[in-house]
Amino acid sequence: MALQILLNFLISVIWMFLNNDWSASGFMIGYIIGIALIGLLSRLWPQGFYMKKVWAVIKLLVLFIKELFKSSFTVIGQVISPKLNIRPGIFAYVTELKSDWEVTLLANLITLTPGTLTLDVSRDGSILYIHAMDIGDADELCSEIRSTFERAIMEVTR
Amino acid sequence: MSSGMMILIGELLIGLLVLFGAVISALSAFGLVRLPDVYLRSHAATKSTTLGVLCILSGAFLYFMLYLDHVSAKLLLGIVFVFITAPVAGHLNGRAAHRTGVPLWQGSVRDDLSEAIKQEQTREQ
Repeated sequence: MALQILLNFLISVIWMFLNNDWSASGFMIGYIIGIALIGLLSRLWPQGFYMKKVWAVIKLLVLFIKELFKSSFTVIGQVISPKLNIRPGIFAYVTELKSDWEVTLLANLITLTPGTLTLDVSRDGSILYIHAMDIGDADELCSEIRSTFERAIMEVTR
Repeated sequence: MSSGMMILIGELLIGLLVLFGAVISALSAFGLVRLPDVYLRSHAATKSTTLGVLCILSGAFLYFMLYLDHVSAKLLLGIVFVFITAPVAGHLNGRAAHRTGVPLWQGSVRDDLSEAIKQEQTREQ
């Protein structure tokens, strides 16, 4: 992956040398040509084309912004409603993610989404204790996190 | 469409974006006062403000880009840093509160964490 990015930079620099064009737009054109070349040859790389990872990162970002808006309105609705009819609580969430990096990302995304807050992570990093503002159904919340954030993170890291 | 019209629409959009962010920040400050315990308050403090800051800073970014021809990377960096630091602060607040035994609001329905901590302590003894 890092090798592919480096190669892409090299192609765009060579493109700039060939054209004797040292502007940012010349670099961009060279970079796009590099993406096309590496994409054409992507079958020869054992780990696949790196733009797939970039695309997965973009999908994760879009998903996160969507969740941010959706749950912000829920929280604001609960804050300004005249009677507090919320049932807060802490539930344990068992994650399938393995590395520290993935678990950190998941915990931060959960904390950034309004309505849920990661309180603690177990020693081995397999259980996240999440404080939710309104636990309707803990299992439902778990499966929601599993099908949105966890899957998107897995697509980026694996 | 005339360019005057475009400028008007752009200004209106940016104004709405900034206003929306300001309203969200105000509402989350209201939630900070209103909600009953420390965990729920940190929901209001760290969350709605992230959306508020996102809206205000992106409104400012668009204004600089469209009207002053100045792409301000600093504003984008501001968004990135708020999004990195806000969850860490919220997490540490909540964790410290729970570890030092701040009680949950009486309306809370379940607490898996204190059971886990209790088990951990009995195992250590």
